[in-house]
Amino acid sequence: MVTLVVKRIGFMIFTMIVVSLILFLLLETKLTGDPATRVLGQFSNEEQREIWREQHGYNQPVALRYVKWLGNFATGELGESIRFKGPVADVMFPRLWNTAILGFVTFAIMIPLSLTLGVLSGMKEGSMLDRTISVFGIITTSVPEFASAVMFSALFVFSLKWLPGTSSMSGGFEFKQLILPAMVLIVYDFGYVARMTRASMAEVMTSQYIRTAVLKGLPYRSVIVKHALRNALIAPFTVIMLQINWLLSGVIVVEFFFAYKGFGALILEASLNNDIALLEACAMVAVCVAVTTQTIADIGYTFLNPRIRFS
Amino acid sequence: MNKDQAPVLVCKDLCISYYTRAGEIPAVVDFSLTVKPGETIGIVGESGCGKSTVAMAIMQYMGANGGIKSGSITFKGRDLTQLSESELRSIRGAEIAMIYQEPFASLNPSLKIKTQLMEVPLAHENISKDEARQRAMQMLSDVNLPDPERMMESYPHQLSGGQQQRVVIAMGLLSNPSLLLLDEPTTALDVTVEAGIVKLVADISKKFGTSQIYISHNLGLILETCDRVFVMYSGEVVEEGTIDSLFTWPKHPYTHGLFACIPLPTADKNAAPLKPIRGQLPLPFERPQGCYYHPRCDHFKTGLCDLERFKMVHVENSAADHRVRCLRYKEIDHHREVPGGEAKEAIELGKRVLKVSGMKKYYEVRDSSLRALFAGKRIRQVKANEELNFTAREGETVAIVGESGCGKSTFAKVLMGLETSTEGEVRHNGKEISEVAVRDRSAKQISSLQMVFQNPFDTLNPSHSIGGQISRVIKKFGVETDKKKIFDRVMSLLDTVKLPRDFYFRKPRQLSGGQKQRIGIARAFAGNPSMVIADEPVSALDVSVAAAVTELLMDIQREHKTTLLFISHDLSVVRYLSDRIVVMYLGHILERGTTEDIFAPPYHPYTEALLSAVPIADPEVTKREIVLEGNLPSAMKPPKGCPFCTRCHRRIGDICDNDLPPEQFVVDRHIIKCHIPLEELCLVLPVITVPDVSERLHVELRE
Ligand SMILES: Nc1ncnc2c1ncn2[C@@H]1O[C@H](COP(=O)(O)OP(=O)(O)OP(=O)(O)O)[C@@H](O)[C@H]1O
Ligand code: SF4
Ligand code: SF4
Ligand SMILES: [Mg+2]
Repeated sequence: MVTLVVKRIGFMIFTMIVVSLILFLLLETKLTGDPATRVLGQFSNEEQREIWREQHGYNQPVALRYVKWLGNFATGELGESIRFKGPVADVMFPRLWNTAILGFVTFAIMIPLSLTLGVLSGMKEGSMLDRTISVFGIITTSVPEFASAVMFSALFVFSLKWLPGTSSMSGGFEFKQLILPAMVLIVYDFGYVARMTRASMAEVMTSQYIRTAVLKGLPYRSVIVKHALRNALIAPFTVIMLQINWLLSGVIVVEFFFAYKGFGALILEASLNNDIALLEACAMVAVCVAVTTQTIADIGYTFLNPRIRFS
Repeated sequence: MNKDQAPVLVCKDLCISYYTRAGEIPAVVDFSLTVKPGETIGIVGESGCGKSTVAMAIMQYMGANGGIKSGSITFKGRDLTQLSESELRSIRGAEIAMIYQEPFASLNPSLKIKTQLMEVPLAHENISKDEARQRAMQMLSDVNLPDPERMMESYPHQLSGGQQQRVVIAMGLLSNPSLLLLDEPTTALDVTVEAGIVKLVADISKKFGTSQIYISHNLGLILETCDRVFVMYSGEVVEEGTIDSLFTWPKHPYTHGLFACIPLPTADKNAAPLKPIRGQLPLPFERPQGCYYHPRCDHFKTGLCDLERFKMVHVENSAADHRVRCLRYKEIDHHREVPGGEAKEAIELGKRVLKVSGMKKYYEVRDSSLRALFAGKRIRQVKANEELNFTAREGETVAIVGESGCGKSTFAKVLMGLETSTEGEVRHNGKEISEVAVRDRSAKQISSLQMVFQNPFDTLNPSHSIGGQISRVIKKFGVETDKKKIFDRVMSLLDTVKLPRDFYFRKPRQLSGGQKQRIGIARAFAGNPSMVIADEPVSALDVSVAAAVTELLMDIQREHKTTLLFISHDLSVVRYLSDRIVVMYLGHILERGTTEDIFAPPYHPYTEALLSAVPIADPEVTKREIVLEGNLPSAMKPPKGCPFCTRCHRRIGDICDNDLPPEQFVVDRHIIKCHIPLEELCLVLPVITVPDVSERLHVELRE
């Protein structure tokens, strides 16, 4: 078990370094075009660019620059954002925080909901409840986010006038503004997690050890809670960890649509404006999140599975 | 057994059906059974005859598509079919408990043994956790598990198959049920482990007074465990009676057929070969008119047996409850018939074909634990085969017997070139082959050394026709090149394995298990091999099918003078068909010699235990009981001295633990590897005693 954790974490760090190297080569060297031109624009002249390069240390050897760059990253020196005219950290972290709030609300509702419904429908495969939930799940998952965003807006904003149409939080944080974006995300992701849970639960319910539990004369509740859930939730756990990862990029559409000042919208803005420092920072954060959730998913999977844990 | 007490369970005229899209499947029809307190009932029959369905019906656990159509199941005066879910719950586990075929699958992989045990009394009785714990511990030691303390804290996968089954049995007994259902409880286990479980099951009824229903396809096991037996055929009982009465005077032609299919100690491959039942078990919705058995029955009479359904009748002049479902049982004189099939000629043995000398095969496994990392021992050796020495001659059948993990299959892989040996040599027709991988062997070499696999299901390509697959093999071996000739050859191979010629165009999924295994045999014999390795070729098949496949192999061997290496764990089959036997344990050959040598003293202690573990379906045969303690050691950590020392019942002292025993020559080619001096081993009494023919006749005349 310890070996596995050490191995996994080592692998995680290794992945991050590789990604950072690729990022560096792509954005900070001449491999994909001159960074000076990218920053100063096509109409800058060679002299201006040379001065910029000298100022920003672009004339030093590549290896040295990479080490410095990585060091800056690690210590939180993320550079200056051109678009927002300030340190990247000051721009990015509040945005990340906003997305975290949105993600938290989404997960806090979506996970209990989809697990419960998934388990309920997996418990009695083929029952009325199961079929209803499955169909509902398929429908919600197959409607793209922008479409449901439009529909929800039409309903709750324009017809019923219950909720605000934008979520820019310009007058400070307001929970009401979170509802629509969260709703779109929940509806979209719910079906997927629920169906995974259902499949896993249904498989467990047909297993021989559930038969044993029933024929031991245990109350139905204890068959489900003690014997089935534990095994049935191993697979969805992994899936849920990976959803965190999905959320980080999945929010782009929603945040843009509702003008929510979150991380996804920031990535969009940074790339539209050639804001290299900001883009790099965002990309690194995304990679860190991806690798970390993957690692936790792997370790958690092993931990929940005594067969792997003790062998 | 208390004969006059009220019965524990009465099934009356039970009809059970499954409902599928294709329609109703009447899995069990007209089933009646009575279980008295303390009695053990056996249900025996071939796969698909409805044994498990009966057990599940008693448990009232029929799944979504099964249902009881008519009849009643009365347990201690209450009709189980009428009970509510909560009433059933108070009976399941507390009054009726069940033991399953696959112990591992029936235990929850992510809960500790203690949790799974303790919840039984906690659910049914009003007791404290401490008390439940005490009970669980007590029960674990009652089922002879060593170190109950540690067992309680283990997860199922940390135990061996035999231990898991003991845990399941303990779980069943925890609330002291009145009835225990055992559905093939030892089928997934090794023979010596099986013997331990069988003894345990037999002790249970004595110790706890529990009535049992023991389901098995093995008549030998039924004989060893039960008081009364029900023979099922295609969803109905065809004969029932006490063990004595039914095993001594079986009345139904099907029961007779079953006995003729199993290699009893009286069978002999040349003088009295096995006699398979012709045809196949009909599917539930294709049952014939009248007697379900009539298309396969040798005593069938048109106009009598094929008219209408009839009831079981009491057998005249017999023990109280010997009943049979046959219209002609009085007329059939089973004694007139020759036991077994027609006599066949023995083959003469030819020159030496195979010579294995000092062959070793070590596997290297990577140990990725932290401890191994620090100790610097990342790579460990598994000694799958240690110093194998033996020879085989043309036309000879050499059996390699041993339990799982003893290295049988590794040896087969080396012979086939799927692995190369670590040391020593194997000569086939004089040529060294142990270090030549398959891809370096010539087509001729490959075709002259072929294999028949255990599982006929996964060795055939599902998307190609049977004919195509056999043709490909013929082409590959270069036996024939001309298209017409290849076709003829496939046809003659189909004839050889006794399959209709139009099977050429069939796909594997349209074949039954036995038919697939025949195709496997046809493929192996496509290139006229001089030697065929058969790795448990019949152990996945039903008795009557297994008998047919065994006979087929023997016939082809006789015709082609093929050398047969027969790998098996079943000593009764091995005794029946082999000329020589090699007994393996943890990679070592512990004893080898002719079949007579192996089955008579002097024995190697392990051979002795193996022989005692073989269930024999003949009440007149007596066996000396030797039950081995403990489990097979892991091949990763074999004992230092004698490989068998951890379980040996004749261990003589430290010398066994520390030194590898020497090979002792009994006679030429009969070798025993043990520290006990030969003179002493010679004094051991025979394990299996078969009364000779005159004695048998004597008994029969007296009756
Ligand atoms: N769930 C099911 N749905 C439809 N048919 C079934 C179902 N379970 C069993 N059957 C059919 O019912 C018949 C009896 O099956 P059952 O499992 O009781 O046989 P068995 O004697 O226990 O066989 P085995 O020795 O292989 O365990 C078979 O023809 C089988 O195909
Ligand atoms: S009733 Fe007829 S067909 Fe059926 S077993 Fe008896 S003799 Fe054979
Ligand atoms: S050497 Fe010792 S342990 Fe091994 S079989 Fe002989 S008596 Fe038993
Ligand atoms: Mg069965």
